[in-house]
Amino acid sequence: MKHLLSIADLGADGIEEVMRMTDSFVEVSERAIPRVPALRGKTVVSLFYEDSTRTRLSFEMAAKRLSADTMNFAVSTSSAKKGESLLDTCRTIEAMGVDALVVRHGSAGVPWQVASWVGCSVINAGDGWHEHPTQALLDCYTIRGRRGSLLGLRIAVVGDVKHSRVARSNVLAFTMLGAEVTLVAPPTLLPPSLAGWPVEVSADLDSVLPKVDVVYLLRMQAERQSEALLPSLREYTARFGLTGDRVRMLPDDAVVMHPGPINRGVEIAADVADLPRSLITRQVANGVAVRMAVLFLLLGQGPSGRSEPRG
Amino acid sequence: MADLVVLLRGGRVVDATGERVADVLVAAGLVRAVGADLDAPAGATVLDAGGCVVAPGLVDLHTHLRQPGREEAETVESGARAAALGGYTAVVAMPNTEPALDSAAAVREVLELGATSTCDVRVAGAITRGRQGKELAPFGEMADLGVRLFTDDGDGVQDARLMRRALEYASSLGVTLAQHCEDKVLAAGGHMHEGEWSSRLGIPGQPAEAEELMVARDIALARLTGGRVHFLHLSTAGSIAAVRAAKVEGLAVTAEAAPHHFSLTDADVAGYGTAFKVNPPLRTAVDVAAVKAGLADGTIDAIATDHAPHAAEHKDVPFDQARPGMLGLETALALALTELELPLHTILALLSWNPARIAGLELAHGGPVAEGRPANLCVFDPAAAWVVDAGALASRSRNTPYAGRTLTGRVRHTVLRGEPVVVDGKAQR
Repeated sequence: MKHLLSIADLGADGIEEVMRMTDSFVEVSERAIPRVPALRGKTVVSLFYEDSTRTRLSFEMAAKRLSADTMNFAVSTSSAKKGESLLDTCRTIEAMGVDALVVRHGSAGVPWQVASWVGCSVINAGDGWHEHPTQALLDCYTIRGRRGSLLGLRIAVVGDVKHSRVARSNVLAFTMLGAEVTLVAPPTLLPPSLAGWPVEVSADLDSVLPKVDVVYLLRMQAERQSEALLPSLREYTARFGLTGDRVRMLPDDAVVMHPGPINRGVEIAADVADLPRSLITRQVANGVAVRMAVLFLLLGQGPSGRSEPRG
Repeated sequence: MADLVVLLRGGRVVDATGERVADVLVAAGLVRAVGADLDAPAGATVLDAGGCVVAPGLVDLHTHLRQPGREEAETVESGARAAALGGYTAVVAMPNTEPALDSAAAVREVLELGATSTCDVRVAGAITRGRQGKELAPFGEMADLGVRLFTDDGDGVQDARLMRRALEYASSLGVTLAQHCEDKVLAAGGHMHEGEWSSRLGIPGQPAEAEELMVARDIALARLTGGRVHFLHLSTAGSIAAVRAAKVEGLAVTAEAAPHHFSLTDADVAGYGTAFKVNPPLRTAVDVAAVKAGLADGTIDAIATDHAPHAAEHKDVPFDQARPGMLGLETALALALTELELPLHTILALLSWNPARIAGLELAHGGPVAEGRPANLCVFDPAAAWVVDAGALASRSRNTPYAGRTLTGRVRHTVLRGEPVVVDGKAQR
C-alpha cells in the first residue's frame, strides 16, 4: 500500500494488519529507549493546514521512534500565508526529497488531490468533514485492547456526526470489524443522507445507553449554535451529554471514548472523563504506536517510495 | 467572404422541415440551392459531406466567454473557435464578466470583439446593475443593440419584488428574462448536490430545493406579470415537473438543460475531481432521468452548454475552493448523440432551431436549410467515435470532465455566413 487516505483503502484485513503491527510497536514504546531504526534515512513531513496539537505531535513522535527524519510545515508561518497554492507547496516540499506527507486540511478530499500531484506516500491526518483514518485505527486498537475484538460489539457514536471526520472513519472501521453502530444525534447533526451507511439511528440517548458496549462521544463545537443546528449547548448537554446519571445507565463493562479535545460539561460531564471506564487517555497513548505501524507499513518495506522531483 | 462559393456534397440534410439527401450550394453568405447532384460552379470549394448530416448551425443559449476580465480562461476569439469546432454558428455570451455586461457600452465591446470571430457572438445583458441584485440594468439601451435575453447568471435574482418589476418592465420591450435558479440562503456553503454522495464524501451540499424554490417562485411571477421567463440549466426532477405544469397552464416559460446534467451524476464527484464541480451541481440518477424525459417530451426546449472555462489555478485547488463550471462547446453535440435516445431531428431541435427561437435569432440561425436563407450550417458525422483529449481543445482552459471519454458524433465542417470556418474538424482561422 502506498497511501493511507481512507479506512476503505484498508478493508477489514488491512485494519487487522495495522493492529497486529501496532502490538509490536507498543512493545517498542515501553522500552527504556523507545526507538528502532526501521525508517532510518526516511523523511516524513507533516503538512497541516488546520491547527492540531495531538495528531501532529503523535505522528511526529511515531516517526521519531522509527528513526525517520521529520519536518513540520507549519502553515501559519509558511509561504501559504504569502499566497502559495496547495499544489505549489506540495511540489516544493516534494522537490526537497520526501518519503511521506502527513496531510491535514479543512477541505474534504485534499489528500486525494495531493496524492495525485506528488510521487511520495500520503497519509490523511484529517480532511474536512470527511475522514481521519488513523484516529479510527487507534480507536479500534483501543477497543480491541479492552474487549479482545470488535465483533458483535454494540457501539453508540454520539453527537455531531454531520461535521465529523472521526465519525465517518469510525463508522467504516467499526462496521468492517463486525460491530453494530448506532448514531445518536439530533437530525440537524446527522448527514443529510445515510444511504449506504450500515448503521442504526436514534435521537434518544437514554434508550440506547443500557444496550451498548462502547459510548463514543464526538466533540461538540460552540459554533453549531450560531448555525441554527442547535438551540443551545445547554440543551444539547441535557439531551445528548454523558452526565453522571447517564453513566449509571451503562452496562458494567461498557467503556467511554472521545477523540479529544474534550469539552467537559458539554458532551461529557466533568468527572465522567476520569472514570476507570473512560479510555480517553488510552486512546492518546495508543495513537503513537498505531501511527508507527502505519508509517512502517507504508515506508518500511521495499525500496524507497521517494519520487524524483518533476520537471 | 462575400464571394465565397461552397458546395457541401452528398450529405443528409436535416432541418425543422424534415430530411433529404441533397447537395447544398452556398454563395455570398446565403444558401443558393439544395438538391441532388448540383454542379460545382467554377472556383467553388467542394466539401465532402458523405455519411454526414448537414444541419442548421447549432445555437448555444449559455456560453461564458470570460472577456472582459478573465482573458486567461477564455476570450471571445478562443471561445468562438471552440464553438465553431463544436458545430455552433451562434452563441449567447453570458454577462457575468468583470465588469458585468450591464450597459450598452459593455455589450457593444463584446459584440465588436465577436464581429470578426468564427461564430456569431450575441450577448445576454444583466438584469441588475453590476449583477448586484439591487437595481434594474438599462434594458432598453441594450435591447436597442439587439439584446433579447437578460440574466444575472451565476446568481439568481434573489429579491422577488425586484424580479417582478424586471419582468413587468421587460415585457414592454419584448425581451426574455433568463433565470439561474438558486435560493442563495438555502444553498449557502454547498459545493455539490446534497444527498447520499455529499454525506459520504464530507462535502457540504446544497439541496435540490434551493433550485426548485426559485423555479416555483418565478413561475408564480410569470403568472402574475405575464412576462417571459427562460429557466437556465435545469437540473432537478422537481424543477422539470414544475416547468412541465407551467407549460400545461400556458405560461410563457421556456427551459434549457446542460449536457452534464444528462450525462454525469453526483457519484462522479467521488474522486474529488474539481472538473466535476459545477453549479447547479451534478445531481442524482433520478434527476438525470428526469432531464432526459424533459428533453424528450418538450418540457425542456433546448440543450445549452453553460460552457464555463476556468484557468488551472482556479481548479487545481481544494474542492470547496474550486470555481464551479466546466467546458461544454466542443462536446455538447457528441454528448447529446451519445447519451440521448432521441431521434436526430429532436436532438437538432434542442441544439439548433429551438434555442435560435428563444434567443430571437430565427432569421439568421436554426434553418431551415433552404434557398435564400443565411448559410449558417453544421456538418457532422453522427457515427464517428472519438476520445476527448483535453489538451486538444480550442478553449484556453482545460476543465472538461470528459477527458479520456469516448463519444460518438463529430463535427466535420462548420459554415458561418457562407464561410467554411471549420473544415475536416480543423479551425480555418
